[in-house]
Amino acid sequence: MALALPGADIWRFLHTNAFRIAAVYFVLFAVSVLALLIFFYVSTAGFLERQIEATVDAEIRGLQEQHDFDGLIQVIHERSAPGRADNMLYLLTDPELNPLAGNLSQWPREAHQVRPGWFLFPIQVATRNGPETHNVLCSVFVLGNNDHLLVGRDLRDAAEFRNRILTTLAWSGLIALVLGIAGGAVMTRNMLNRVEVVAKTTEQIIRGDFAQRVPLSGSGDEFDQLGSNLNVMLDQIERLMTGMRQVTDNIAHDLRTPLSRLRARLEVTLLERPDAARYAEALRETISEADQLLGTFNALLSIAEAEAGSRRDTATVLDLTTIARAVAELYEPVAEEKGLVLRFDAPLAVNVRGDRHLLSQAIANLLDNALKYTPSGEVVLSVRGDESSARVAVADSGPGIPADRREAVFDRFVRLEGSRSTPGNGLGLSLVRAVARLHDGTATLEDNNPGLRAVLTLPRAPEPKDSAAPALPALAPSL
Amino acid sequence: MKLLLIEDDQKTADYIAKGLAESGYVVDTSHEGRDGLFMASGGNYDALIVDRMLPGMDGLAVIAALRAAEVKTPVLILSAMGAVDDRVKGLRAGGDDYLVKPFAFAELLARIEALLRRGPASSATVKLKAGPLEMDLLSRNVTRQGRDIDLLPREFRLLEFLMRHAGQVVTRTMLLENVWDYHFDPQTNVIDVHVSRLRQKLDKGFDKPLLQTVRGAGYRLNVE
Repeated sequence: MALALPGADIWRFLHTNAFRIAAVYFVLFAVSVLALLIFFYVSTAGFLERQIEATVDAEIRGLQEQHDFDGLIQVIHERSAPGRADNMLYLLTDPELNPLAGNLSQWPREAHQVRPGWFLFPIQVATRNGPETHNVLCSVFVLGNNDHLLVGRDLRDAAEFRNRILTTLAWSGLIALVLGIAGGAVMTRNMLNRVEVVAKTTEQIIRGDFAQRVPLSGSGDEFDQLGSNLNVMLDQIERLMTGMRQVTDNIAHDLRTPLSRLRARLEVTLLERPDAARYAEALRETISEADQLLGTFNALLSIAEAEAGSRRDTATVLDLTTIARAVAELYEPVAEEKGLVLRFDAPLAVNVRGDRHLLSQAIANLLDNALKYTPSGEVVLSVRGDESSARVAVADSGPGIPADRREAVFDRFVRLEGSRSTPGNGLGLSLVRAVARLHDGTATLEDNNPGLRAVLTLPRAPEPKDSAAPALPALAPSL
Repeated sequence: MKLLLIEDDQKTADYIAKGLAESGYVVDTSHEGRDGLFMASGGNYDALIVDRMLPGMDGLAVIAALRAAEVKTPVLILSAMGAVDDRVKGLRAGGDDYLVKPFAFAELLARIEALLRRGPASSATVKLKAGPLEMDLLSRNVTRQGRDIDLLPREFRLLEFLMRHAGQVVTRTMLLENVWDYHFDPQTNVIDVHVSRLRQKLDKGFDKPLLQTVRGAGYRLNVE
């Protein structure tokens, strides 16, 4: 509880949201309990008063009915006989207020009117504990012969009863408040504890322990939801960081090797005897190696760019078939030179939302790969669309990729040949995947039996209404 | 031909200036944006080479200020930022061409040459002529010494670009950008294959090759 905390903690506690909420609710709670008790008291006390008035009224009415003077005195005598415990007081006087009958010794002197016909006055009563002053509520009635009749009731019992109610109410109020404070404190503490758990976990993570996760209570409540969201976010961050680290390692490896080779070549050239022709040759080789390095660098940048791309870049509606056809045209001579057939198979326009440059580059990378690794036969670039998705596929009849390696080749710098004899930087498919992700799509590799089938699937954009999918003729194999 | 180079990195500036001087240009250098703007608006330059990130005043702001002052000197922007968005921004600010760092010097030279020879009335031209080659842009007809050459649409556009820059070195990147409108480098050198195809069609039946490969740079359409 708050009171058990040392100074600084109390200060912190007083500034928590939980405390503020608890305090507000406590005040509301106290006010409502108080209002309830007051209402209870007022209505009970009022009832008591009305009850007394009704009794007095009934008595007077009863006595009034005694038309016979002697009978009246008789009744008063009976009713005011000592030993009756109803606390009723009677006094009959003549017009000069001299007592004639009753248990009151004299007409009250200091009565004050409570409301018309009703008076309150004090009397001295002898009790076992000595004389006491009691209040009496009375009503006065003037008889036909101008005699005065006073009927009243001793309020001592009523006052005692009222006091007892008041005490009871005060105690119950106190108990309710204590319970309220205790309950509020426990709940606040509870809430603070759960926030504390999250705060502790994040602190540990900030200090570098990335394996920490927010423990969940398993109740599925809001705190659990918050915790599990945090955990998912942490997982994602960890994955990204691992990816980054991997890329850094790969860059270190894949760029350091050619850089050291380049440096070594220059060094060796410098050690040799000065010879213009050899220098020129070495420089040319150096430039070509630098170019390769730059190529790798640019590819990495393109991937980073695609990965960091925003929705804004992919807002334009494009015809995937047009884009694919242009890439096919670009690569068709390459295929022919290699003795391969590049077939373009796209019967219809298929609209997607995207970035023309990135999509072109992704398709170019797929075609590039297919043409590079297919020794002979056919490479088919196809575009298809259904209601929700658009698919570009590049199918070749090359050696393919074993099923268990098909995911790995999407990672940066992963190349299947250990020797790396075929030119390339191992970044082509990474870019394809990054572009696919940027467009909310996927990039996958499938078995083409024989060969490989690379598929780029993108969400399809709605067709503009006026040009309802014109049927474009498929280009001839030779383009 | 007088050029102004605005580039804050001393070494890069020296290397570019030296290379351009060796190629026969007179080069003034400024290392700061405001100073560069002052020189560009005062001096009579044939072309400007402006680095995008400059101290004092941003390269794009320099170009925008020049264009606002109706200085129409062609501008080549140098920048380390190569995203399509960045290019578009650069060209919108009033740049005429955009070259991403790092670049081959041959690339820079080829682009400067292209900028300097950019004819003002090129869009209104209906017929192009380069040495023995003639191209009718309306009938899409190409002849060499009167003999028809049959070209595919893409080959036609490739030749058109080469003819518009006849006698100059044209790099592979320039061809990719201008003929295909691609701003990425394909892994395989596809441009070489396209050019050699075009070359076969152009030179078929003739002794003298028209389309020459410039080592380490690109291609040149010989016209003399």
